[in-house]
Order: sequence, then structure tokens, then C-alpha cells
Amino acid sequence: MEILSVVLFVFIVLLVLVLSWFFARRSKSASGYFAAGGNIHWSVNGIAFAGDYLSAASFLGICGMIATVGYDGFLYSIGYLAGWIVALFVIAEPMKRMGKYTFADALDSKYNSKSIQLTAAISTLIVSICYLIPQMVGAGSLVTPLLGLPHAAGVVIVGSIVIFIVATAGMTSTTYVQFLKGGLLVIFSLVLVFSVMSRGISTKPDQGGKVPFQKSVELTAMESDGVMQVDGFKVLDEKDIAGVVLVKMVPVDSNQNLTGPVAWWKKMKSPDGIQLCETQFFNINANGEKWINGAPASEENQLLQVGTITKIRGKAGDVETGPVGPFKFLAIIGDKNSEIKRWKSVSFEDGDEQATVYYPVLTSGNTIMRPGLKFKVGGTGIERMEFISLMLALFFGTAALPHILIRYYTVPSAACARKSTIVAIAAIGFFYILTMYMGLGAMVNKVVNLADNNMSAPLLAKSFGTFLFSMISAIAFATVLGTVSGLIVASSGAIAHDLVDRFSGVEMTDKQKVRLGRIAAFAVGIVAIILGIVFKGMNVSFLVGWAFAVAASANLPAILMLLFWKKTTAKGIAASIVVGIIAAIGIILLSPEMWVRYGLPAADAPLKFGQPGIFSIPLSFITLVVVSLMTQKKTKSA
Amino acid sequence: MLHEPAVVEGKDYAIGYKMRVGVIMFVLYALVYAGFVIINVSNPVKMESIVFSGLNLAVVYGFGLIIFALILALIYNGLCTKKEALLNKKTESKEGR
Repeated sequence: MEILSVVLFVFIVLLVLVLSWFFARRSKSASGYFAAGGNIHWSVNGIAFAGDYLSAASFLGICGMIATVGYDGFLYSIGYLAGWIVALFVIAEPMKRMGKYTFADALDSKYNSKSIQLTAAISTLIVSICYLIPQMVGAGSLVTPLLGLPHAAGVVIVGSIVIFIVATAGMTSTTYVQFLKGGLLVIFSLVLVFSVMSRGISTKPDQGGKVPFQKSVELTAMESDGVMQVDGFKVLDEKDIAGVVLVKMVPVDSNQNLTGPVAWWKKMKSPDGIQLCETQFFNINANGEKWINGAPASEENQLLQVGTITKIRGKAGDVETGPVGPFKFLAIIGDKNSEIKRWKSVSFEDGDEQATVYYPVLTSGNTIMRPGLKFKVGGTGIERMEFISLMLALFFGTAALPHILIRYYTVPSAACARKSTIVAIAAIGFFYILTMYMGLGAMVNKVVNLADNNMSAPLLAKSFGTFLFSMISAIAFATVLGTVSGLIVASSGAIAHDLVDRFSGVEMTDKQKVRLGRIAAFAVGIVAIILGIVFKGMNVSFLVGWAFAVAASANLPAILMLLFWKKTTAKGIAASIVVGIIAAIGIILLSPEMWVRYGLPAADAPLKFGQPGIFSIPLSFITLVVVSLMTQKKTKSA
Repeated sequence: MLHEPAVVEGKDYAIGYKMRVGVIMFVLYALVYAGFVIINVSNPVKMESIVFSGLNLAVVYGFGLIIFALILALIYNGLCTKKEALLNKKTESKEGR
């Protein structure tokens, strides 16, 4: 744990808390608490939009995914940004004109319908919780290297601070926290990218001379009569795990005495015979003890960071480019003769131990710089459909996220809503271009944490020194704080304003409504803490993709049809929200990824895909049209 | 702290125009976005083709989608602001008379 990291971390947290205290006096009324009084300047709101949107998923998740699977991670950047086009051209101004505090207000503006109030509030809660999970997972990932605390501690710290922020000052403080954090995130990401360009690309990355480059070991083996022999090693076992052949060996001297720990090696056929590549691995034994690379896990004995380029435009050995420009950087990595060493993993039972082995894979630059490593765009029909489904959900999801929609109520006019969206597009678009450089920078600078790729960008910053790491990590932490605050404001509005005040019709004074909002914020915060601990280890951007799918399925058809189809009825809107939620969440819960979470084999999952958008969005639209047509007469007679 | 005064909005006579322009621009962007998705699933190797300065189609199209979004947004704002000024001022002066 670095002192500077702790100091900067504490400074950022204190700054956030002071802002909350300062703005608490403006949050006495419901308008102040839920919509910042509706008088935030559009330029501040635009950057605050960026702060809301550039969450842990964008900064930690996208960079981590690009660092491990290349261009496929950048697809999230493209989709997330494209979603703002829907927000700007279709949603921004009508949302501001129709609503007051919450997304349900806008949907219900024409109808005063109990069913819309109930379903829209539930939808807001579900989408916000889906979005909260990755933010809390990101918080846990950050705290471990920053403060040396366990994942759960990070989640609890974020949860507690955010509950304090939201419970004291609501939307006003959340807006200024987002403004500050959004601005700092873009500025320091630019500094990081500039540092990556200045360092250039090397086949032997040594973090500016701070960490000597260690070449991984490769051995040649002989095989006769099915028995493999390796000089200086005793072969103990050989396993074929889904096509990956692993050999368990131990180093021995000439008298067959053990001289080192047992290790797993990856077996490959080469023109010279059999080649064995060094791997990294951890085991959890029957007593629950964790061993890493053959020794007990400790602060000193952790998985080594990975990610190198082994050939630069066909040249191997000791090659360095020196400082490069932004185009050249991408051109070098994407060259078909460049070669990147990525790492994959397999998990299996080894006797009474659970083993996970990470092994290297060499991938050419042109494959890294196009889609295909994560999303199998050239694969089976289902795999292609998954890709289309994701891109659809990202495109339509942004404009349906409750914590984004409520930010349209914090500005004074529809024109300000439009202008703040344009500021957001500029800031967010610029940041997303930077994610490509941060992700690829991590991929070739040996800074990728095998067990948690979410930390790729902060660890890349660490390779340039403690200050940049501490600053980037503290901002990333503020990123999580800000986004979680926005989500909790949206959730507390759904409970206090939509459910209790409007749906249940409980008479409340302005003061009571704010108090209830604060209590709701506390409850949602506790739920977020629990889920953040349960979902530890999943890529945060992947999780956010699900939140977008649920938002796009539940909310967007209702908003669009309300604006553009005169025959839309209240029952049609309520039905489409319910069907959208059930279809999207149902598909996610039955997906292979969730099956793994349940502790079951992914292959046994009832569905072979996990991106629901392509089914759930059209289904929600169809439901709205059919139910609206069926309820036309009733609407007219009413 | 950069707070604008809370204002009660007057009637906006440019709503119809802004909606029409918004929908046209939305469709335009959606088509370009769909093109990106279609190339990826129908001919993913095409994304490797070098377009300029050693940058492949995937990078140029991806960055292009982000920059195109900003350009469209600025054009949209310019058109809307102009129309708002024209229609709302014209109507206000008529009402004033």
C-alpha cells in the first residue's frame, strides 16, 4: 500500500463528502432532492452526464476487455456512445417537457395511470440494481491494489459513502460530484494515453526500467511409446481440458531429487517436436487454502502480470519503437505480422483440489484489431445473433437508463436538455476513443492482472509511477461513487415519488417525501453492497451490457411509442414494460454465464446465449402494439 | 456555482420541426451503425482491410461512428437553435401585437 495512494484516495472521498454537506441545504424540498431544483447549467449537466455514464463499466470494464480480447472490448465503446444519438434526437427534449422527477412521470404524463406508475417504478428499480452490481464489483476490484483491502471491504466502503451522499444531499451533490469526476476522468485518461504514446511499444516491456522484463520459459520434450520425457523434469500427469493439453511436472536433479515446486505446463506440437510453455496457476486445496504457482498465496506470491507483444511488424527479439503517434500505435499493433501474447484460462478438478491454469496464446495483430476474439462474429448463427443482440441493446439502452433520464430534469429547459446531451456526446466520445489506447497499452505493457482484468487501466497507470496510479485509481473510485449515487437517487425517486406518493396515493408533505427518499436510498444501498460481493470477479462491462438489455427492453419501447404512436394506451405501456423485464431477465437467468454463477456447467444451461435484446426488445414493442390496439375502445370511453 | 435561474418555459413552436429533424438524423445514424454490425457478422475479415495510415476498417469505422455522432449532434443543435429563434420570436412578436 502506497502512502500517496491512500492520501489521494482520502482526499477525493473527503472532497465528495464536503460537496454533499455543502449542497445538503439545497435539498430540503422534493424538487431540490430529486432534480437539483431544475436549475443546473447545461454545460455542467453535460459533463455530469459524462460522469454518470462513464462508470466503472466504461473505465475499468472496457479497458480490461480491450486489454484481454482487443477490439471486441471497443465494441462496447461504440455501442455506448451510439446510444446517445437515440437520447439526443428522440428522447431528450420530450423527456424534459413531460417529466418532473422520475422516468415514470414522463411515461405517465398523458394518462395518470396506476399501472404505468407501478410498472415504471419497478422497472427503474430493476434496471438500477442491474447497473449497480457492476459498479460495486468495480469498487471491490479497485480497493484491493489501492488500499490493500479485500474485495468485500471496497464494496462496503463505496456503499457506505454513497448512502451518506445520497441520504444527505440527493441530486444536487450527485450532479457536482459527477461534474468533477467526469472532468477529471477525461483529463487524466488523456495524460495516461499521452504517456503510453511517449513510451512506445517494446517486445520487452520493463515499465520504464522499473520492473526487469522476465522472459517466459519454453521447454522441448520427447515422446516415445506414449511416454513424455523432459530433461531435468519428472512428468507427473497429463490432462486434456477441452482441447487444452496440460502437463504436470516437477523439476528434479540427476538423482531424481525434487528441486522445485510442481507446476503445470501447456503442451503444444511444433515442427521440432513437443513444446512446453510455462503457465501460471492457482489451486484451492481441500482445506480452502490458496496456492499460487506452487507456493502458498501471500502478498508477495501473487499471479504475475501479463500482456506482451512478441513480434513488432514481424521482428522478434529485442525490438523497441520509441515514441509513437496515435495512428502509428494502432497500425503497429494491428499489423498482420505483429504478434501479441494473450492469456486464457481453464479450470478443473485435480484430485481433491480445484485448479485454474492460465496459459499463453499467440495472436496476430490483425486478429486483435477486429471483432472476433470474444464475440464470435464469424461463428455459428447463435454466436452472430449474440453479437447483434448486444449491439442492439447498447444502441437502445442508453436512452432508457433511469439514472440518465432523470438528469434531464436538472436543467431549466428543453433546449438546455438538448445542449447538455451534446456536451455529453463530446466528452464521452472523446473518452471512448481513449479507451482503445488505454486497453491496448495495457495489453502490451505487461500490466494485465490474470485474475481480474478490470484493473488493467489503473495498473497501466501504475507502470508510469505511483502518482498517476493513485490519481487514476482515486478518480476511478470517485467514478463508482458518482454513478452509484445517481443510480440510488433514481431508485429512491422510484420508491418515494412513484410508488408511495403517486401509486399508493399516500399523502405526504415535501419534507416527508424527502425523508422517505433518504430511507429508500439507504435500503437500496444495502442491497447494492450485498450484490457487489456476490458478483465478485465478473467483467464489469459485461454485466453492464445486461443492464442495458433490460433497460432497452423494458423502457425504450414505451418511451418511443408514447412519443410517436397516437394509439398507445396506458395498458399497452404497462404491458410492454412487464413483458420487456420478464423476457430480458428470464433470458439472462437461463444463460450459460449465469449457470456458471449457480455453480453448474455452462453447457447444461437451457439457453445457449445470454444477450436478450434481439428477442426482448421486439417482444416488448409487439406487446405494446397488441395491447394498445386491444384497449382502444376502453381508452376512448374513459 | 454556474446555476441558471429556474425558469418557466414558454410555448415552443419549433417542437414539430425539431422532432422531424431528430427522426431523420436518428434514421441516418442508425443506418450507418447497422452497416457496421452487418459487415461484422457477414464478412468479419473485411474489417482487417487497411483503409489509411495502416489503420484497418474496424478502427476507422469504429472511430468514425463516434465522430459522426458528434458532427450530427452539432448540426442538429444548429438547426434547432436557428428554428427556435425564428419561430418563437416570430410568434412572440405576433402575440405582442
